[in-house]
Amino acid sequence: MDHAATTPVDLAVKKAMDPYFCQHYANPSGLYQSSREVNGALNDARRKIAEILHALPDNIIFTGGGSESDNLAIFGAARKHQKSGKHIITTKIEHHAVLLPIEQLQKEGFEITFLDVDECGRVTAEQVKKALRHDTILVSIMYANNEIGTIEPIAEIGKEILKWRKQNNTSYPFFHSDACQAAGSLDLNVEKLHVDLMTINGSKIYGPKGVGVLFKIRNVDILPLIFGGGQEMRLRSGTENVPGIVGIAKALENARKNSKKENLRLRKLRDYFWQQIQDKIKKVRLNGPELGDETVRLPNNLNVSILDVEGEALLLYLDEYGIMCSTGSACTSQSLEPSHVLTACGLPYEYAHGSLRFTLGKSTTKQDIDYIMEYLPGIVERLREVSPVNLTCDPKKNFHPKYHQR
Amino acid sequence: MSKEAKIRDKEGKAWLYTDVVKDHFFNPKNLLKHGEEENYNADASGRVGSPACGDEMALWLKIDKKSERITECKWQTFGCASAIASTSMLSVMVTENGGMKVDDALKIKPQDILARLGGLPARKVHCSVLGDQALRTAINDWFQKTGQNQRIINV
Repeated sequence: MDHAATTPVDLAVKKAMDPYFCQHYANPSGLYQSSREVNGALNDARRKIAEILHALPDNIIFTGGGSESDNLAIFGAARKHQKSGKHIITTKIEHHAVLLPIEQLQKEGFEITFLDVDECGRVTAEQVKKALRHDTILVSIMYANNEIGTIEPIAEIGKEILKWRKQNNTSYPFFHSDACQAAGSLDLNVEKLHVDLMTINGSKIYGPKGVGVLFKIRNVDILPLIFGGGQEMRLRSGTENVPGIVGIAKALENARKNSKKENLRLRKLRDYFWQQIQDKIKKVRLNGPELGDETVRLPNNLNVSILDVEGEALLLYLDEYGIMCSTGSACTSQSLEPSHVLTACGLPYEYAHGSLRFTLGKSTTKQDIDYIMEYLPGIVERLREVSPVNLTCDPKKNFHPKYHQR
Repeated sequence: MSKEAKIRDKEGKAWLYTDVVKDHFFNPKNLLKHGEEENYNADASGRVGSPACGDEMALWLKIDKKSERITECKWQTFGCASAIASTSMLSVMVTENGGMKVDDALKIKPQDILARLGGLPARKVHCSVLGDQALRTAINDWFQKTGQNQRIINV
């Protein structure tokens, strides 16, 4: 129930990777026959991914994962183009792999606009348009949010940015999108999305961990983070992770093939789950966008707040029954701050502390959900018995609740 | 989904918390059930924290006036496993062996609760800090109710 954290490697993916560990292990940079073969596999993977993205093979840079791709896009573009401007636009609900590099740039003298989101976690193209300045060099907005599944209107934002560039006769700003959560289920056509840079990783789409892709359009120059042998068009040195690269290509291909049918199945299951929770547990609240519209929320994401109880305690109880999910509660974070995404959506701390995120996956069945519902209501009841808190506001209304002290 | 799944810490230990913490979390001792607060007739009570900061504790005490021993200590806690376990442990500490004297109970430090729990992960230590605060708040309440205002201490 935590597939947004990571997914298992699909067996077909593992099978595709297998020959590249012990058999075809040559360094693809070599000139001999076995190297050329491995290099061929590398280029096949590059071509396959480029096709899925409606891009060119030399737009695909393989990296060591989603976080690295985000860092490379942000630091690479900002540092290369800082002479043209030092303003960056992003949102308050980005993944930390985007937020923290941008905050680092802020310390180095960049000016940052952190766009607000509405109560569902959405930004609009209009907001981006209003924030654009003549010194804006980069806009980075995620395709879909990892905690509450909000799908951002990337294509509309992309169009606004194109329009701005045309009107002002400039090539800035560049548009980056972190698509790690979206890659398994949404359209990745970069021509439609109008992105210049886009991050994808393997470990969320039933591919291997430790491998990522940065799509980079040809006319955008960036600085590398890692220098060395000059691999990946000099943008990411280091001998290529060939098994990983073959794996991520296969995983992405599989995701494309099955996504329509699987999305529908996941949505039905997820909606059934939410109905069950509402029926069997009092005082619960859906966090993030409505479930009915497939264009605004990822099909596998369910994020709920269960009032009067704390998320980590819930999590540990669920784990005792073999149920794994995550929470936005401060108690599980290193910083002891509740989820920045939930608080950016205007959720009071009390609600964020009691939030649970379930993310369904390929192996999730209705039986799994029925199994959870066998235990979850009882666990909630038990923890509410322990709790002195009794929040009294209508959980559907998103304002700071009053609670009484008994 | 396997039934054997366990949360592992960075050293690969099967459970993030000690067995003592786990026991007090899953089987809290001296809990005051909802709805029983009114009829419980506590001699004193205290409440610290708020759900907004992530932890809130409420404590009810029965104290024998003659011997100044704490005979009962009941509680409710909103918070994570370590917050629940440390309040539960505290309630055991002050009531075992015939009950702790009020003056001794005032001296309980978070470290004492931690020691009895067999430790907590570093970033969870603050959870047990609330427990001793709640206890002192409750004892102050008792001082006030029994007209011993001069004995009230800083929480």
